[in-house]
Amino acid sequence: MLNRISTYFYLRPKVVLALMLLPPMLWFLVVYIGSLITMLINSFFYLDGFTGKVIHEFTLRTYIKLFDPINLQIFGRTTLMAASVTLACIIIAFPLSYFMARFASQRMKTFLYLAVTLPLWSSYVVRVYSWKLILAQEGIISWFARLIHLDWLLHLYLNLPGLGGPSLSISATGIFIVFVYIWLPYMIIPIQTALERVPKSLIEASGDLGATPAQTFRTVLLPLAFPGVVAGSIFTFSLTLGDFIVPQLFGNSSFYIGKAVLTYQGTSGNIPLAAAFTMGPIIIMIVYLLIARRLGAFDAL
Amino acid sequence: MSASVAIEFKNVSRIFSVKQEDQSGDVKAVDNVSLQIRDGEFFSLLGPSGSGKTTSLRMIAGFDRPTSGQILLYGQDVSSLPPYERDVNTVFQDYALFPHMTVGENVAYGLMIKKVPKDEREKRVDDMMDLVQLTGFAARKPSQLSGGQRQRVALARALINHPKVLLLDEPLGALDLKLRQQMQIELKSIQQRVGITFIFVTHDQEEALTMSDRIAVFNHGRIEQIGTPAEIYEHPITQFVAGFVGVSNLVSGEVAKRITGSDVRFSVRPEKIHLGSTGDKPEADTFIAEGKVRDVIYLGLYTRYLVELDGGGDLVVVEQNLKTTSMDVMQARGQPVRLFWKKEHVSYMGD
Repeated sequence: MLNRISTYFYLRPKVVLALMLLPPMLWFLVVYIGSLITMLINSFFYLDGFTGKVIHEFTLRTYIKLFDPINLQIFGRTTLMAASVTLACIIIAFPLSYFMARFASQRMKTFLYLAVTLPLWSSYVVRVYSWKLILAQEGIISWFARLIHLDWLLHLYLNLPGLGGPSLSISATGIFIVFVYIWLPYMIIPIQTALERVPKSLIEASGDLGATPAQTFRTVLLPLAFPGVVAGSIFTFSLTLGDFIVPQLFGNSSFYIGKAVLTYQGTSGNIPLAAAFTMGPIIIMIVYLLIARRLGAFDAL
Repeated sequence: MSASVAIEFKNVSRIFSVKQEDQSGDVKAVDNVSLQIRDGEFFSLLGPSGSGKTTSLRMIAGFDRPTSGQILLYGQDVSSLPPYERDVNTVFQDYALFPHMTVGENVAYGLMIKKVPKDEREKRVDDMMDLVQLTGFAARKPSQLSGGQRQRVALARALINHPKVLLLDEPLGALDLKLRQQMQIELKSIQQRVGITFIFVTHDQEEALTMSDRIAVFNHGRIEQIGTPAEIYEHPITQFVAGFVGVSNLVSGEVAKRITGSDVRFSVRPEKIHLGSTGDKPEADTFIAEGKVRDVIYLGLYTRYLVELDGGGDLVVVEQNLKTTSMDVMQARGQPVRLFWKKEHVSYMGD
């Protein structure tokens, strides 16, 4: 009996394929695309400010609200933060990934892999909170600054408008540092994978044809690692765009997109505005991916 | 005379230290090799894997440095120069074409690095593409080419800089037999046209014999013999060369003594041995051995006989099928035969 079932499926590979794809497709279509569409629909409704009820009729007035200067500022601030976090992650991740891909022994590589991904094993909230302690006014960084008599520099920095704040733990800089820390693994792994796929002979060929190491880096290594950089930056960029915990814990009154969405739909029940806000990062990401494609990031796929 | 020497190895050694959990020690990849490669020569480094031929090539290119000794390029010591400061170029075993560039950009790479103006660059790329018979392929990506075409691109890219020496690291290894034979002839003709010294690494003895002006046979990091293909083939000076280059009958001890009168080991190529009947009379300066045909293998172009000598030992004999057919040769099995070969076709070798 079992044998006959096996034979039935063996002769009909398409049935097997359909059976295997059914659960993920259901998940993808219903849960994922479905909720996105629901959100899209909701963003075209509006909240009656007088009654506090959501009016279910098609309108663009919620979207028009997004263009209020204060909301545009939120988009601008968040995008700038996401871009700086991404850039910093690239700069920090590249040398380490390069070392892992090219020079590390097998044992060293395993160790580094573990070291890079180990933080992901522990709770995100715990790690973020520990940074609160590190950056706090009485935290390690202030203590160290005092120790080497550079606390005046720290104070000077904290007085900078836009970057500073009462302490590092309540400042844009603090948000930036924590974001770079928590998203860094998502940048290291893709870049490392991309670099590892570059055969050593390509590097040798470039040198052989007269290119100095710097030229080889620019003309061979960087273009070939670029898809990995883009893959990593999709993570760091979109995760930063949507995160609400870090700005909540480390921010002052300046809103970021995630925090805005949380406030609108949680505190004020303005689900249409929250939904419209969420469309923001989606559009920003689409633009980002289009630019990446223009730059040839997906040519090698 | 030193002006006509392209590459010279002076007592070059390359020692790799191996560190593994259970053992550590030094491996002599190249062991005190001295060698001169002449200007304009097609020179092959032939040997099995791990014999030091590729390490030698990589040291000429600059990817590796000798542990001791000197490598001279036209008289200049280049032992510690990085690859980008050496006037040599390499065709890699895996071709190493840049996947993110077009074929034309790949070929132009060396010129782009040297900041050659675009007009001249394009003209020289066109010339190179003509030379390797890939006219009109410049806009394609390497991934759109066949193995043989990639091979040609790699060659064009390495030649466009007009290097003093071109290094080829088993470049034909990945091609199928027909294409390989075609490329062998083409490589040789390109070399003659451009007049650049070619140093060719291969483990394929037939390939080395086909193309080379001279061959260095490598084994265990040392050179066993250097010579023209004919010298290497006709007069191997060591047992290794006799066995590695072509097929050889190695005869030693008692059997050798009975044939030549001395127990010095010798080798003789199967095709040099003439298979005759027991009553045949020998010509002058000929060695004779009597035996019985134990096995016959008909191979179309020729037939291989395994002859068991009367006093012990075997000899392989190859005869062309000039008149015989497979039916005829099979009759030979079990027949007593007399073998003849000219004394000049014997190579004597010590231990």
